[in-house]
Amino acid sequence: MRKFFGGKVGKRATRSRLGDFFVVFFLGLLALFMAAPMIYTINLAFKPMGELLRFPPTFFVQNPTLRNFADLSNAVSSSAVPFSRYLFNSFFISVFGTAGHVLLASLAAYPLAKHKFPGQKFIFTMIIFALMFSPIILNVPRYLQIAGFGWLDSYLAVMLPAMVTTLGLYLMKQFMEQINDATLEAARIDGANEWATWWFIVMPSVKPAYLTLILFAFQAIWNDSNAVMLYITTESKKTLPLALTYVMQGGLPRLGATAVIGLLLMIPPIAIFIVTQSNVIETMKSSGLKD
Amino acid sequence: MLKMLEKLKRHRTSYMMLAPFIILFFILTVIPVFIAVFYSLTSYNVMQAPRLFGIQNLFDNYLRLFLEDEVFLISLRNTFVFAFITGPISYVACLLIAWFINDLGPKLRAWATLLFYAPSLSANVYFIWQYIFSSDANGLLNTFLMNFGFITEPILWRHDTQYTLMVVIIVQLWLSLGTAFLAFIAGLQGVDKSLYEAGSIDGIKNRWQELYHITLPSMKEQLLFGAVIQITNAFAVGTISQELIGKPSPLYSAHTLIMHMEDYALAPRFELGYACAIAVVLFSVTFGINQLVRAILQRGNKNA
Repeated sequence: MRKFFGGKVGKRATRSRLGDFFVVFFLGLLALFMAAPMIYTINLAFKPMGELLRFPPTFFVQNPTLRNFADLSNAVSSSAVPFSRYLFNSFFISVFGTAGHVLLASLAAYPLAKHKFPGQKFIFTMIIFALMFSPIILNVPRYLQIAGFGWLDSYLAVMLPAMVTTLGLYLMKQFMEQINDATLEAARIDGANEWATWWFIVMPSVKPAYLTLILFAFQAIWNDSNAVMLYITTESKKTLPLALTYVMQGGLPRLGATAVIGLLLMIPPIAIFIVTQSNVIETMKSSGLKD
Repeated sequence: MLKMLEKLKRHRTSYMMLAPFIILFFILTVIPVFIAVFYSLTSYNVMQAPRLFGIQNLFDNYLRLFLEDEVFLISLRNTFVFAFITGPISYVACLLIAWFINDLGPKLRAWATLLFYAPSLSANVYFIWQYIFSSDANGLLNTFLMNFGFITEPILWRHDTQYTLMVVIIVQLWLSLGTAFLAFIAGLQGVDKSLYEAGSIDGIKNRWQELYHITLPSMKEQLLFGAVIQITNAFAVGTISQELIGKPSPLYSAHTLIMHMEDYALAPRFELGYACAIAVVLFSVTFGINQLVRAILQRGNKNA
């Protein structure tokens, strides 16, 4: 019997049996659609050559092998850059780009959320407007800017635009607004200046938000191929997604190596999300766009 | 003037904290919008300085786009078809899937979230669709369909103009459970549970009524945020089409505005003024539709 007094579960509209069945069926079908390509990639990565070339093709691997991993260095050999270099480059720009983004966005979000100054509303409106078009649209003028600053073929060209993605600033600002003003006031009375308040009081209390920014920024830079393709010309500076395109041109015999790169590209963002998921959801609770 | 300086001085710390982000943001996002608008009124080929059109033919690039450039009109149409299909479908899918998995226990919900979010997390894996949609009998989907007797001959998914745009749409939908999806999951968890009890007393009989009368109104801010994200993404398609179908696609059947813009900006054309005109059109469309949808959703809120 349901406990009426002090019971946690109140009365609530229920779904019919048929409804439950429909939901499970629908979710299952969609889950299959979402997961199949990823499972296929994982299987391809472990297929021996014979299975890769088999006709008709099979979905699952039968005799898993690690040969495709060893084949990576051959697959990129004609580019004269060792495979590990692509991997290193990817990690390098992703880690430093992410760190820069989190730092700049958190620093800018603090006055937007907690100070009052002329131009505040204007700046925040610009930030929201920037969410309303994809930066890809600005590739041509942005390229001219970056070329003008002499940043071509340097990682600045890839990292700086990623650092000032407005989604991160927006989410951080929304989250910071929940911080109790009394806490900040107490810190100021204790003699902390705004920089110290930001670093010692604000930042520790927005952990869910900066973890979210880490996830979004890392994922965006890690997966980027557009910016690297556009701005980086030296082969030894290129990243994993470009190595993937390169190896893919080898056709079916290189399918195993291609899938291995796909697998390597999948792992870091998914790992970060597994670790940060509950914090990300916490942050997105304050993501709402107010009227 | 002095008063303004005084004001700036008083808020110096605020501005200094904002400065690094905002200055870079202006250089890399705000100013490029104005550069694009300016160059779109010029003839510019990188080698020579941009030549501003005279006042009578200031809008020559735009006239050329709409009156002479058939491929532009195809790409405009494709972009719209694409956005009007993927935008709403992905939006509703984000919401429904988030709604359904919200009923699961916390552990299961976390795994389901990961499963549905994973494709957009690891966006590069979409290359695999190229093998799934392979046009020969070697393709995974063709093999599957032929095994089960749905078709007798392989379908030319990536070459037959009947299917090319659809292939891009399917892959884009696969990638579209992203930030908005997470926002909706969070929004659903933030709904005050006591409202459901109150609703049940007020005569709400099933989950759909509950969704419409209680859940959606209490997460309308997330719904607005999600709409912005999905619209913005729906209009920016280009790379996926180029990778899966190729550039140019057969009869330009999957040609989009982004691809058309790149066509003119890069070698051998280098018509940067013209490319900027395409950018301005796409910018206006994305931004305009975002504002329009936002106004509609806000009016809906006021009436509710």
